[in-house]
Amino acid sequence: MDKLTIADREFDSRLLVGTGKFSAPQVMARAVAASGAEIVTVALRRVDIDNPSDDTLREIDREKLLLLPNTSGARSADEAVRLSRLARAATGIDWVKLEVTPDPYYLLPDPVETLAAAETLVKEGFVVLPYINADPVLAKRLTDVGTATVMPLGSPIGSNQGLKTRAALEIIIEQSNVPVVVDAGLGLPSHAAEAMELGADAVLVNTAIATAADPVEMASAFKLAVEAGRRAYRSGPRAAKRSAEASSPLTGFLRE
Amino acid sequence: MVRTSAYNSIREVLAARRLDSDRDLWRRRLREVTSEAVKAALASRPGSYDLMKLLALISPAAEAYLEQMAELSQRLTTQRFGRTIKLYVPLYLSSYCVNRCRYCGFNKDNTFARVRLTIDEALAEADLLASEGFRDLLLVSSEDKAFISVEYLTDLTHKLRDRFSFVGVEIYQMSAGDYKRLFEAGIEGVTLYQETYDRAAYARYHLGGPKADYDMRLRGPDDMAAAGMREIGLGVLLGLTDWRIETLALGEHASHLIRRYWQSHISFSFPRLRPAAGVPAAEFPHLLTDKNLVQMVLALRLCFADAGLVLSTRERPQLRDHLVGLGITRLSAGSRTSPGAYSSPKTGLQQFEVDDPRKPMEVAAMLRKKGFEPVWKDWDPAFHGA
Repeated sequence: MDKLTIADREFDSRLLVGTGKFSAPQVMARAVAASGAEIVTVALRRVDIDNPSDDTLREIDREKLLLLPNTSGARSADEAVRLSRLARAATGIDWVKLEVTPDPYYLLPDPVETLAAAETLVKEGFVVLPYINADPVLAKRLTDVGTATVMPLGSPIGSNQGLKTRAALEIIIEQSNVPVVVDAGLGLPSHAAEAMELGADAVLVNTAIATAADPVEMASAFKLAVEAGRRAYRSGPRAAKRSAEASSPLTGFLRE
Repeated sequence: MVRTSAYNSIREVLAARRLDSDRDLWRRRLREVTSEAVKAALASRPGSYDLMKLLALISPAAEAYLEQMAELSQRLTTQRFGRTIKLYVPLYLSSYCVNRCRYCGFNKDNTFARVRLTIDEALAEADLLASEGFRDLLLVSSEDKAFISVEYLTDLTHKLRDRFSFVGVEIYQMSAGDYKRLFEAGIEGVTLYQETYDRAAYARYHLGGPKADYDMRLRGPDDMAAAGMREIGLGVLLGLTDWRIETLALGEHASHLIRRYWQSHISFSFPRLRPAAGVPAAEFPHLLTDKNLVQMVLALRLCFADAGLVLSTRERPQLRDHLVGLGITRLSAGSRTSPGAYSSPKTGLQQFEVDDPRKPMEVAAMLRKKGFEPVWKDWDPAFHGA
């Protein structure tokens, strides 16, 4: 598979995984290994970020994996910025998955606060990966202020509904000049494959792996699906594009 | 049924639906629920709220569908919360009280040696709890405003914030302004039970003190939400009146708050009346069976996908363990329900008797054995600028 580049770093895997909702940190570690992921997200609210013997953190091998802190739980730009600064001060990690989700039920991202936080964090030298609704104009506004990716949702987080936002995702992918990571709502490997076939640069999965009866096997299935989807996309080109161009029954006569 | 706007007050909503007054009407509606209505409720979008759906799920007819309800609730809870259970612990600060609530051990009319903790004594208790692993602390106090004042609580909280990632309170009702002061000091959750939504019963059980004002009590959660509180805990004291009708009123209250205060998270607790000093069992004809309690937990989960569902040590280990994964998301553990009791176990009268005497580590081990991660920390003082 071709490499994924975010900011100045290259990755072999195009699957990012979250570390929440697992039955135990050891199960999480085995699932992460099976997924082949090189970027793992960790909720700052859940861990003691400055304590290497934290139950979750000690299961993450930072030699091999990029630990991507997220600001899950933040209701405002101020809160997200404050959390990011503390995480950087404690760990030296200047990457942050920006989540501003004031609605505690569907955890949908607040576009106004996310943009404000992104602007501040980019100015302070963070590599910002913002979680957003599948809004093409917001994606452009965020890349204008210098985010490293955009991370539009497929459907509400934890809902396992797949690509309900497909039409808007297609526009974001078509227009983006930074990697597009489809985040949230991917409930099955086929959803991940579909996102990759559309041309997403990567996907992020958590709930579907963490809550599977066999999280390790499910992680492995997502790994395969992401690879399959990417290879399908690359072998197209745009294999999944809706408009067929191979034959021209109506205008073919012009070539004769 | 009368339609009410989401912008009415909860008082108007309950009055329009006659949930605060006409118990006969609702008893009849509950009896009239058919198994077809229960099946329709089970087929609706899991986790979405509608009063008639909740009515179907808590009806006697739904008792035949408990297994299906449990299966749906388990799936929904796992999807939304993962294989995790949060652990918290209460810290009782005072048993002095100005109220006369007939069901409560701390009732002003009861004669026993009352206890209140100084801030230093409370910190010593908190240290013990932190050393057991707790990061989520619930400060509990009876209505002892003169001593457990807003200043006491804010001062104590400032001193607790380096040890605890989340501090909530379950204390006497305050004004919106005072809730705001608590929030600014780092108290981010408030639990306040209406006890009963039935006006007549409320008057019967609350014989005196500021708490005897039903309408004032009802405004509390609005005031907390307006003050910015992240976590708002609702509940009724199960056993005072018909639990099925109380559950309907709870559902309406939660729905009202969710629509209005979209940034606050609602949780439900299930305090079931237990024996306590001065609480004769004969006075309480509506006590719930285990089956009733389980039905209530499942019905609320199937109507509120993301609500916190909280179970205390009032319940026996066997029931608590079985409810893990079926809907419950938060458990207390190792609780002592009188002020100072963590440091000196013989102190004073308990508010209620604890039925799960296991140590926090034993509860955590039970969770792991069942395939759940015990979560001690799920918040961070950094959100608050600490």
